[in-house]
Amino acid sequence: MNFSELFKQSNQLCKVSPDGKYLATCVQYRLVVRDVSTLQILHLYTCLDQVSHMEWSSDSLFILCAMYKRGLIQVWSLEQPDWHCKIDEGSIGLVSSRWSPDGRHILNTTEFHLRVTVWSLCTKAVSYMKYPKACQKGIDFSKDGGYMALAERRDCKDYVSIFVCEDWHLLRNFETETQDLSGLEWSPNGCVLAVWDSCLEYKVLLYSLDGRLLSTYSAYEWSLGVKCVSWSPSSQFLAIGSYDEKVRILNHITWGKIAQFEHPASIDNTKAEGNFVLSVPELPHPDEICAPPIQIPVVKPDPDRANPKIGVSVLAFSSDSRYLASRNDNMATAVWVWDMQKMSLEAVLEQTAAVRCFQWDPRHPRLALCTGNSKLYLWSPRGCVSVQVPAEGGFQVQSLSWHCSGDFLILLGKDQLCLCYMDAEQEENTSCRHCENV
Amino acid sequence: WERGGRLRHPWVFFSNGENNEISRMSHVMMSPSRQSNLELAYSLSTYSVIGAFCTEDNVPQCLLHINQELASLGLPVCIEASSPEGANLNAVPVLNAVYELLQIHRRDMCTLEEMEKEQMKKSSSLDLIQMTNSRLKDQLELSIREKSGLYETERQLQLKLKTLQRCLKGEKDEVQKLQSIIASRASQYSHDAKRKEREAAKLKERLSQLLIDRKDKKLAIDVLNNLGRSDGKRSQWRTTKATASHEGEMYKFLLCDYEESQKSLVLENAELKKVLQQMKKEMMHILSPCQPSSRGATADEELAESDEDEKTRDSSRDTLDQSCEHAREQLTNSIRLQWRKLRNHVEKLDNQASQVLHQMESNKDMIPFETHQDEMERMRHEVQQCKEFIHAQQQLLQQQLSTSFDDETAALLYDCYTLEEKERLKEEWRLFEEQKRNFEKERRNFTEAAIRLGREKQAFEEDRAAWFKNHFLNMTPFTNRRRCSSSDGQSSLSIISEPEIRMSVKAHKAKASTYTTFSTPKSSRSTAAPSTTDLYRTLRLIPDCSSSMHSNQVWQESSTNGDEDIRIKSKSRGLHCSDLDIFALGEDDSLT
Repeated sequence: MNFSELFKQSNQLCKVSPDGKYLATCVQYRLVVRDVSTLQILHLYTCLDQVSHMEWSSDSLFILCAMYKRGLIQVWSLEQPDWHCKIDEGSIGLVSSRWSPDGRHILNTTEFHLRVTVWSLCTKAVSYMKYPKACQKGIDFSKDGGYMALAERRDCKDYVSIFVCEDWHLLRNFETETQDLSGLEWSPNGCVLAVWDSCLEYKVLLYSLDGRLLSTYSAYEWSLGVKCVSWSPSSQFLAIGSYDEKVRILNHITWGKIAQFEHPASIDNTKAEGNFVLSVPELPHPDEICAPPIQIPVVKPDPDRANPKIGVSVLAFSSDSRYLASRNDNMATAVWVWDMQKMSLEAVLEQTAAVRCFQWDPRHPRLALCTGNSKLYLWSPRGCVSVQVPAEGGFQVQSLSWHCSGDFLILLGKDQLCLCYMDAEQEENTSCRHCENV
Repeated sequence: WERGGRLRHPWVFFSNGENNEISRMSHVMMSPSRQSNLELAYSLSTYSVIGAFCTEDNVPQCLLHINQELASLGLPVCIEASSPEGANLNAVPVLNAVYELLQIHRRDMCTLEEMEKEQMKKSSSLDLIQMTNSRLKDQLELSIREKSGLYETERQLQLKLKTLQRCLKGEKDEVQKLQSIIASRASQYSHDAKRKEREAAKLKERLSQLLIDRKDKKLAIDVLNNLGRSDGKRSQWRTTKATASHEGEMYKFLLCDYEESQKSLVLENAELKKVLQQMKKEMMHILSPCQPSSRGATADEELAESDEDEKTRDSSRDTLDQSCEHAREQLTNSIRLQWRKLRNHVEKLDNQASQVLHQMESNKDMIPFETHQDEMERMRHEVQQCKEFIHAQQQLLQQQLSTSFDDETAALLYDCYTLEEKERLKEEWRLFEEQKRNFEKERRNFTEAAIRLGREKQAFEEDRAAWFKNHFLNMTPFTNRRRCSSSDGQSSLSIISEPEIRMSVKAHKAKASTYTTFSTPKSSRSTAAPSTTDLYRTLRLIPDCSSSMHSNQVWQESSTNGDEDIRIKSKSRGLHCSDLDIFALGEDDSLT
C-alpha cells in the first residue's frame, strides 16, 4: 500500500472526475486540477471567493464551483481553460447548486427554497421550478440521467414532480400520501421512486415512473420512523434504517419485508450465525479478531434533544450488492456488515473512536472506513487491515472516497489530502495474513 | 384442735384455693393411718372436755336424751337403766347402741372421705375449668381487640379506597381532559402550522414576485460562448409532439423495464419449474420402487395415482411454454401430492429406522447401561424366585420324608404326586390282564384241541382197527351185510367226488371258525391223507381264531378266495399270535 505526498485542500473539496482521469481540489479560492496518474497540476483556476461547493460535470469536461455566501457560481472548462462562465443568483441567495446529468445545465436552489433555477449553458436560458421542498433529499436524478424527481410542497401537501432532464419537460406531478415528505430516491434502474415520510411517521412509499403508487410500507406506528433509505445497486433490495435501531430489507417484487437486521449491544453466537466478528481497536494491537460473544459500547441518547443520536443513519451496499454496511448512531464506534445472500450478520467492525465515514470500493467488496485518527481501516470478506498513514504532522483522516477504478483512495484530512494506492497483491497478502488469524 | 380442725376440713383451704400446692400438701397429710390417729385424739379430747355431759345425778336425763337421740337416728334400741336410780346401765343394749353408733360413724367417715375425695377432684377440675375459662376469656378479649383493630384497619382501607377511587376518577378526568387538550392542541398546531406554511408560501411568493419585479441586474449568466449539447444534438422546441414523445419514451422505458423484469421472472420461474420437475422425478423415482413393496395392498392404487401424475406431468410439460394457470396448478398439485407421499414415506422410514435402531440397541452387545441394569435386575429376581421355589420343594420333600403328621395326609400328598403314574400303571395293568386272559384262553383251547386230537387219534385207531377187523371179516362169507351198515355211517366221505371234498373242507373250516360245532369228521374210512391235512389245518387255525374273535368276518370273507391264500394268511397270523401276542389286538384293529 502506497501513499502519495500530502496536498492542501480546503472545505474538504476534493473530487475525482467521473472518468477517473483528473483530480480537482479547492484551496481557498483556487481550483487545482491534477492528473490522477502523475499528480501533476494540469490547470489552476482562480475563483472569485472561497469555494464552498465543487462538482464535476458528468462528462468530466467542466467543473462547477459554488460560492454560496455570494450567491455566485463559476464554471471552468478543462478543454478550454480560458472559457469561463459565471452565474449570479443575485439577492435571492443560493443554498445549493448541482449539475444536471447532461452536464449542460446547472440547478440552483435559492434561499428559503423559493425556487430551483435551471441554467442552461447551451442557450443561456433560465427556467424555474417553484415550490421545492426543503427536506433531507428533495431532488434526485435517475441514474441514467433521464429523469429528475423533485419534492414539492403546496397548500400544505406534498407533491412529486418528475421532469425529463432532456428538456426539463414536466412529465408527471402527483400528490404523495405523506404527512411531511422527507426524501426521495430513484432506484438504480430508474423505474421506481422511493419516497419516505419524516421521522415522525414510519412510512415508505414506492412510486412508478408514471406516478402510480406501487406499494406502501410501514413497520410500526407512534414512534420515530425512517432515518435513512438506500437502494441496492441491483435495484433488488431497498434497505430502510430507522430509529428503532433496525434495518429492514424490502424486496423488489412484492415490496414486502424479507429481512430485518437488528443491532444488539451484545452479540452472541446465535446472532453471528457462525461468522466471525471483527474487532478493530487501536493500539497496542492494531487489529484483533474476537470471537463472539462481544459487547459493543452504547451511548444513551439525550431524549430532550431534537434528532436523537439513535437509530441507523447510514446504509451502504457494496457494488455487487452482496454486502450491506450500516451504522447505528448510538453505537457510533461500530460498523455492521451484513451478508445479503445469507441475510445474516457478517462482521462487526468495532473501533475505539466513532466512525466518521465509510465507503465501499466501487469495484470490489471492500470497505474503507476512518475514525478521525491517522489510520485507514479496510475490511473485506477475507479479513481486515488497518494502515497507518505515513505522513508528518499528524494527518488525521476525516473523510475518504474511492477512485472509480477502486485502485486508490483519497483520504481527506482537515486541510490536507493524500492518496492511498492499493497494491492488489500486497492487499491480498495482508488479507491473507489476517485470514490466518480468523 | 386447731390442727385437727384444719385437717378435718381441708376443703376450707380448697375453697380458698390459692394454689394447688396447698391442696396437694393437705392431701399428703391426709394419709389414712394418721387420720385415724388424729380422729382418736380428737374424740378423746372431746370426751375429756365434755365429760360433764353425764354425771351421776343426771343419768336418767342423759339416758332419756340419748334414747331420744338414738330414736331420732332410727335405732330401735332403747337403753334402759337397770336400776331406777340409773347408776348402772343395761349393758347389752348400750353396747349394741354403741356398736351401731360406731358402725354409723365409720360409714359416715367413709362417705365423708369419699366425698372429700370427690370434692377434691371436683375442686381441681373446677380449678382447671376456671383456668381454662380465664384463658378463654383472655383469648376472647384478645380476639375482640383484634377484631376491633381489623375493623379499624378495614375502615381505614375503605376510606383510602374511596379516596383512591376519587383520585382515580379525578385522574381519569384529567387524562381525558389532557387528551382532549392534546387533541385540540394537535389540531391547533396543525392548523397553525398550515397557516404558517401558507403565510410562508405567500411570503415566498411575494418575495419571488418582488425579485422578478425588480429585474435584478445581477441575476445573470455570463458565458463566454454557448456550449453545444452533450449529445451533440440541437435543442428542440417545446411542442405537443415533444410532449407526446416524452410520454412515449417514458412508457417505452417502463415497458422495457417491465419486460426485463418479466423476462428475469420467467427465467426464474423456468428455473424453479425445472427444479420442481427434477424434484418430482426424483421423488417418483424414490417412491415408486418402494411403494408396492411397502404398501402392498394399496400398490395398485398408488400405481394408478402415479400414472395420473405422469399424465399431469406430461400435460404440464406440454403446457409449460404456454405458462397457463391451469398447468401451473396441476404441476403444483402433483408436486404437493408427491411431496405428501414422500413425507409419509420418510416418516414411515423414520419410524422403522427408529424401531430397528431400538431393536438393534436391545440386541447389541453394547446394550445401554439402563437396559443392562434392568435386565440384570430381572434375572436376579428370577433367580431368586427359582431359588425360593427350589427351597420350597426341598422343604416339602423333607417334610414328606420325615413325615410326622398322620399317614392319611401323607398318603394324600403321595397320591397327589403319583396319581398320574398310578393311572398309567393301572392302564398297563389292565392291558396286561387282558392279554393274560387271552393267553389263558388260547392255552385252554390248545389243550382242548390236543385232548380232542388224542381222542380223535384214538377214534381213528379204533376205526382202523375196526376197518382192519372188517376187512378181515369181509373175507368171511357175511361181508355184504357189514358193508351196507358202514356206508350208511360214512356217506359223506366215501361217496363224494374230488371238488365236493373241497367244498366240504370249506364247510369244515367254517365250522372250525365258528367253533361251536367244531368236531372231527367221524369217518376217516375213505382215505387217511385228506383227513390228516384237515386236521393240521384245523390245528393251525385254532389259536388264530381264538386270538381274533372279532376278525372272523374278515377271515370268512377272505377264506372264499382260495385255499392257498388262506393257508399263507393263517400261517402268518399264527406266527404273529404266538410271538407278539400283546400287539395282536392292536394289529387286528388296524387291519379291520
